[in-house]
Amino acid sequence: MALLSFISRRLLQLIPTLAFILVVIFVLVRLLPGDPASAILGDRARDADVTRINAELGLDQPWPVQFALFVKHIVTGDLGNSIHLKVSVASLIAERLPVTLMLTAMAALIALALSVPLAFVAATRRGSLSDNAIRGSFQVGLSMPVFYVGLILLTVFGAKLRWFPVGGFGTTFLDQLYHLFLPAVTLALSLSAILMRNLRSAIIGVVGAEYVDFARSKGLSSRLIMMRHVLRNALISTVTLLGLQIGTLLGGAVITETVFAIPGAGRLMIESIYGRDYPVVQGLTFALAIIVSLTFLATDIVQAWLDPRVAR
Amino acid sequence: MSALATPAETPALSVQSLTTVFQTPKGPVRAVDAVSFDVMPGEVLGLVGESGSGKSVTLRSLMGLIHAPAQVSGRVLWQGADILAMPKKALRRVRGGEVAMIFQEPMTALNPVLKVRVQIEENLAAHSQLDARQRRARAIELLDLVGIPAAERRLEDYPHQFSGGMRQRVMIAIALASNPKLLLADEPTTALDVTIQDQILKLILDLRDEFAMSVVFVTHDLGVVAGTCDRMAVMYAGRIVESGTVAEIFARPHHPYTRGLLGSVPRGGAERTMLTSIEGTPPSLAVIPQGCAFHPRCAYAVEHCVAKRPALERIGLGRMVACFREAEVAAAGAPV
Repeated sequence: MALLSFISRRLLQLIPTLAFILVVIFVLVRLLPGDPASAILGDRARDADVTRINAELGLDQPWPVQFALFVKHIVTGDLGNSIHLKVSVASLIAERLPVTLMLTAMAALIALALSVPLAFVAATRRGSLSDNAIRGSFQVGLSMPVFYVGLILLTVFGAKLRWFPVGGFGTTFLDQLYHLFLPAVTLALSLSAILMRNLRSAIIGVVGAEYVDFARSKGLSSRLIMMRHVLRNALISTVTLLGLQIGTLLGGAVITETVFAIPGAGRLMIESIYGRDYPVVQGLTFALAIIVSLTFLATDIVQAWLDPRVAR
Repeated sequence: MSALATPAETPALSVQSLTTVFQTPKGPVRAVDAVSFDVMPGEVLGLVGESGSGKSVTLRSLMGLIHAPAQVSGRVLWQGADILAMPKKALRRVRGGEVAMIFQEPMTALNPVLKVRVQIEENLAAHSQLDARQRRARAIELLDLVGIPAAERRLEDYPHQFSGGMRQRVMIAIALASNPKLLLADEPTTALDVTIQDQILKLILDLRDEFAMSVVFVTHDLGVVAGTCDRMAVMYAGRIVESGTVAEIFARPHHPYTRGLLGSVPRGGAERTMLTSIEGTPPSLAVIPQGCAFHPRCAYAVEHCVAKRPALERIGLGRMVACFREAEVAAAGAPV
């Protein structure tokens, strides 16, 4: 019950958050140097053409009017049309965003699959050779930039060994997973390092907790103590960290998509910013903001489920 | 040192030369040093001392709950078998089954993210053949037994939803789940209000009577000892310095430290007098003084006390003390 009312309260909090995001997006896009008219027409545009295009795009209106129109469109689900690609922004997002989400989700799963068992080994054999080896190799992973890791993986597993495609995106689901594997690993590497370090120290902290000693004094098996008493408590902070890292992961996806030539939202975003394609930048940013907000919400819910003290 | 035991009685628990040494960056620390005592069936033994005297570590060492890097040596004979040398499986059966422990701080000793029901039932699952429905019924019965109102409704609550006193009752319910024959209680009332303290102590004594349980009661509160224990052992700097029945020790302490402890407790009914305090502070276990560890704070100390450590010696039936000057201390009588 407490959990349900907690979820509904958090859902209500989303409304002001999203309203604030709308304002920020609107202002930021207009603070970018350059304007769509000159981006479309090039350097030698005539004043008359610039005025005409600005009028077509509604950019001659005062900011408050533009903002009112922007909000009205968003609320009615109409995100306008791309200035360059001449198609609706909604359809562009529907086409590109799932690719990025798939990449991000895959990266998060790979990061969890790598970090949870290894953190467990490192924490329970603290100070041992395996602990140091695990921590050392993750440290290397963490300190290398994403694009560099991507290029190495691409050269070795794509170009040299030819185990994986060097770029692009498949048509069937399995084919797509295959295409996204290397980029997802690229993204997952630094995330898994962060998660592993966090979870390792969380497990070490929890193992020393009184309630774990109390559980041992009950005569429970070490496996039960580890799974029920240690891991569950240790995961609380790691889940929070993972949720907060999703935003970073989406940012990393922009770079990764560029390196691996994946037609995702990240690449669309970069192209649109260069082209001053206001509607696309605005719509895409808003869509990403919603995704991140929903991720935070999901994080809070999982956290409240793991730790009942949160949902009070 | 089962001096109190009549030949017919064998102790339920016999601790022999228990020694716990922690390896710290500053060198080894002897938190428990050659501690020996017996607990008879149905007996309540008080383990008394200031913070840092090693009484809690003694209790945890008994149960094998000491974390590495530390060495625990000596023998802890439970019904004749050495707990410290038991294979894991046998140890698991003793822990929580025959020997249960309650901790000082129920807020930190109960897992904050698990329902009380789960925390009681996992004990039953480990030590009984009960099925899920029977375990639930037994959990309700246990909460009822320790005096938690509306027990059935509270099963699905989390520890943070209970008050301090109720939380301690929950911990006692968990400890009692498998009808232990020995209860190790580590300052179970220290974190509680005085009124709640009395209720919890009375509860433990009632349960002792009902289930013929032995209890080792670790506390720094001599009032609690007087009200609950049959025998007591006083610890100082990791060693037992005096032991005997509570009545005898309160009437005539033989160790100056015990005498000091008794003198620092207010007594009801008596004429108003100044409370005496023991000068100085207990030593750090890393640097225990030469000779008798208590000599720097002792009014009776002579040269001999600085040079040599007094052994724990028998001075009467069930009465032991480690002091060269015990006769002089005893002659002074109980502090007013």
